[in-house]
Amino acid sequence: MFDALFGRLTWDDLKPLELLHSQSINTLVGAGAALAAVIAAIAVVVLLTVTRRWTWLFKEWLTSVDHKKIGIMYIVLGFVMMARGIFEGVAMRTHQATAYQGGVLSAEHWAELFSTHGTIMIFFVAMPFITGFMNYLIPLQIGARDMAFPVLNLISLALTATGAALLMISLVIGKFETGGWTAYPPFTGADFDPGPGPDYWVWAIVISGFGSMFSGLNFAVTIYKMRAPGMKYLRMPVFTWTALCTSILLVFALPPLTIAGLMQALDRYLDFHFFTNDLGGNMMNYANLFWMFGHPEVYILILPAYGIFSELTTTFAAKPLYGYTSLVIATMSIAVVSFCVWLHHFFTMGQSPSINAAFGIATAVIAIPTGVKVYVWMATLWGGRIRFTTPMVYMVGFFILFTIGGFSGIILANPAINWQVHNTQFIVAHFHNVLLPGLIFGIFAGIHIWFPKAFGFRLHETAGKITACLWIVGFCMTFLPLYVVGLLGYPRRSAAYDDPAFIPYMIVTMLGAFVLLSAFVGLIATLWISIRKRDELAVPLGDPWDGRTLEWATPSPPPHWNFAVIPHISSRDAFVREKSEGKPYVLPEEYVDIHMPSNTWAGIVVLVTTTALGFALTWWIWWLAILSFVVLFLWFAADSFREHRGEIIPASTVRTAHQAWIEAVELSEPITRDDEDTPANRGYAKTDIVIAS
Amino acid sequence: MSEQGTNPHPGMNLGYDGGEKAAEVTIFGFWTFLMSDLVTFGLVFAVFGTMTGATAGGPGPEEVTDLRSIAIQTALLLGSSFAFSWASLSMKYHGGRLHMLGFLALAATSALGFLIFELIDLLHLVEIGAVPQRSGYLSALWALVCLHGLHVAGGLLWMGGMTLQILLFGLTDQIKSRVTRMGLYWHFLDIVWVGIFSMVYLAGVA
Ligand code: HEM
Ligand SMILES: [Cu+2]
Repeated sequence: MFDALFGRLTWDDLKPLELLHSQSINTLVGAGAALAAVIAAIAVVVLLTVTRRWTWLFKEWLTSVDHKKIGIMYIVLGFVMMARGIFEGVAMRTHQATAYQGGVLSAEHWAELFSTHGTIMIFFVAMPFITGFMNYLIPLQIGARDMAFPVLNLISLALTATGAALLMISLVIGKFETGGWTAYPPFTGADFDPGPGPDYWVWAIVISGFGSMFSGLNFAVTIYKMRAPGMKYLRMPVFTWTALCTSILLVFALPPLTIAGLMQALDRYLDFHFFTNDLGGNMMNYANLFWMFGHPEVYILILPAYGIFSELTTTFAAKPLYGYTSLVIATMSIAVVSFCVWLHHFFTMGQSPSINAAFGIATAVIAIPTGVKVYVWMATLWGGRIRFTTPMVYMVGFFILFTIGGFSGIILANPAINWQVHNTQFIVAHFHNVLLPGLIFGIFAGIHIWFPKAFGFRLHETAGKITACLWIVGFCMTFLPLYVVGLLGYPRRSAAYDDPAFIPYMIVTMLGAFVLLSAFVGLIATLWISIRKRDELAVPLGDPWDGRTLEWATPSPPPHWNFAVIPHISSRDAFVREKSEGKPYVLPEEYVDIHMPSNTWAGIVVLVTTTALGFALTWWIWWLAILSFVVLFLWFAADSFREHRGEIIPASTVRTAHQAWIEAVELSEPITRDDEDTPANRGYAKTDIVIAS
Repeated sequence: MSEQGTNPHPGMNLGYDGGEKAAEVTIFGFWTFLMSDLVTFGLVFAVFGTMTGATAGGPGPEEVTDLRSIAIQTALLLGSSFAFSWASLSMKYHGGRLHMLGFLALAATSALGFLIFELIDLLHLVEIGAVPQRSGYLSALWALVCLHGLHVAGGLLWMGGMTLQILLFGLTDQIKSRVTRMGLYWHFLDIVWVGIFSMVYLAGVA
């Protein structure tokens, strides 16, 4: 009876209970983290109840299909998961500092840590961040009112959240796999790890993978089909271009991951032989499938960050982007070539030298369009009137550090060198070097730029700059020494080492990890300070940075319908042109009713059923798996019989809101860039941008 | 109608011009989904391709291929697609609800026949011990054939739901768009099947 109800779940799987049996540091860290997660969850529930926020949460957020709110929810999800990822990073670095012939954590625990850390950071931090940005910005930048498929958009978010939820559950119930974020079989196959760990991985990845694929589809269709009249391809903002390339990559690169995951599941659940050691299984298929996803994935992540850096340089240098067309071509080239290099992740796994050479060259080729981009940004900054805001601090860090990361990538592209350093800390240094200064710095810079758009007040500059410096310093301390220990021969993913020469380096990286932790706290502090000072920092008029793209031509925060009238676009940087030619803030002749999709429970239904499904499959609770699948299916089947009318926002409402905003603009004084960082900045910019001829 | 030239979906006979645009977005989205699905099938094909030799001493292509049954399945599935295109044409030329549903029913029956023959084949494989647990080759074969079969079964459910909706609501714009997408899906599955019978079965015994 118990088995039928709970599958293979037992009391012993509840991790916080381990504290009762043992109080070693190892259990304290593991069970303590589980306990902390549970307490945090309870605290959130209590807080919501005490402040009577449940209805608000459901009505305003969880059932909303507004792309702006969905975007914000993605980013919140990313931050929550990042908190865990960073704590794990710090725990690992602390362990490594003590890992000379031992270490405070058990080898098993260490392995679980780098696996959850990698999985979380890639799939549930980096992905939600970039998806959140694309969600928020694409419709605003192309002059649309929403995504092509608003409900699907919410479903994508729910699927991503399901993956994250499964990872959080794995912290408390049972354990995660120990094969890294790549989870290579046969190590993660049923023979070597029959436990729930690899199953958690499979279902978290497969379910959230569908979400990412649908996001890509949605974004691509939105960009292709929903642009405002006159917004030709070569008039699109650069961020939108990078988002388009990322979306195409998502549509084509997610299937290999899903397939690899599902085949792994077939091997594990039904005893198939795709990747097993015996009976004709071939794990190389897994390696190929995984990296056919994995390599495009790194460009999925970095391209939107490039987009943010492009918008950032033009805005804060007050110059048109130098070489828009080259940047677009470079972005597209990267997207295409990124499908032709996956093998560089396993140069050492037995291909012939000529195949290795071909993939090595293809990999090095990607450096060319990437180099083009770096020069484009430099040329854009050159001769500009640069304002040294927080995003620019991140940009400086990015410029220098990302270039180092890129160079180490070119070194790794050479198969002969790769043979020497593969699987060492050199790799760990390389990928953190591109992920942190590239992707994460881009995201944080982007948050400083667009937070005022989303919430109506700027983030505090001094706090922001201190935090940015902490990130840069912390990064350098934590990861640059790893290049050296890597070359000295310290393998990645190893729980202990017996060369005392590593110790000083590992102590520095541990200290660095704590600096990074304080940088994360700095982010929270920045947010806290900014909220407290939100009246001084308010920029309701919508254009605090003298922006170039359409989202700045709306109030902050933008109304639910984004644009009172759909803009007609006559040139690239149309908003800049309007600003310099006189008035962008004009009243239209007439307003019309606006049709918007209405809220839906689809997201909640998907979140609940797929989380139950993933959990049930992981623990072999078959009745629950069937039940949740059936509920999911029936809900959507029934839903297809309903007519979705959406809601009409009457022209009068739109008029009132729009006129109030224009009036507020007219009543205030435009401020110059010198006053950008003062309370005088209400979001009405006196432009000094020069128009490209 | 002067707009015929620019209307990408004249076959749907959508009445007003706002509808065209909305339908175009949805249908383009569906094409994108099919592209992604095509990549999925392509990869499973590729995995199968690498595993043709991995029989581990178990049953090989000779044992698992029953060309007569495959021929029948092919005829049924292609026939189903053909019937579906008649349904689409009926929608285009205002053949009337029942006229169109007749063709849909034909398409569905034919596809059901396909599934039944496929199931019989698979049961036979179980009988001769050619189960997916036996070898990498059989794992890949079962995965590929079942992935396609599940797609067809899903399509049948979709058709059933749609029939119900047509009976309840008539051919509304919404449903016309669904029929159009279903058509794309159905022909797509046909093309995949052509890949399966030529690469898996014909090439297997050739
Ligand atoms: C913020 C501070 C961070 C610290 C202290 C940190 C630390 C670590 C450590 C110690 C490892 C294990 C290295 C080994 O295998 O020997 C690791 C692996 C990894 N980290 Fe981080 N990391 C941080 C941030 C990030 C970020 C922001 C990302 C991605 C966006 C990331 C992605 C990864 C990945 C993918 C792995 C590989 C996991 C595997 O081996 O499967 N990390 N990190
Ligand atoms: Cu790569």
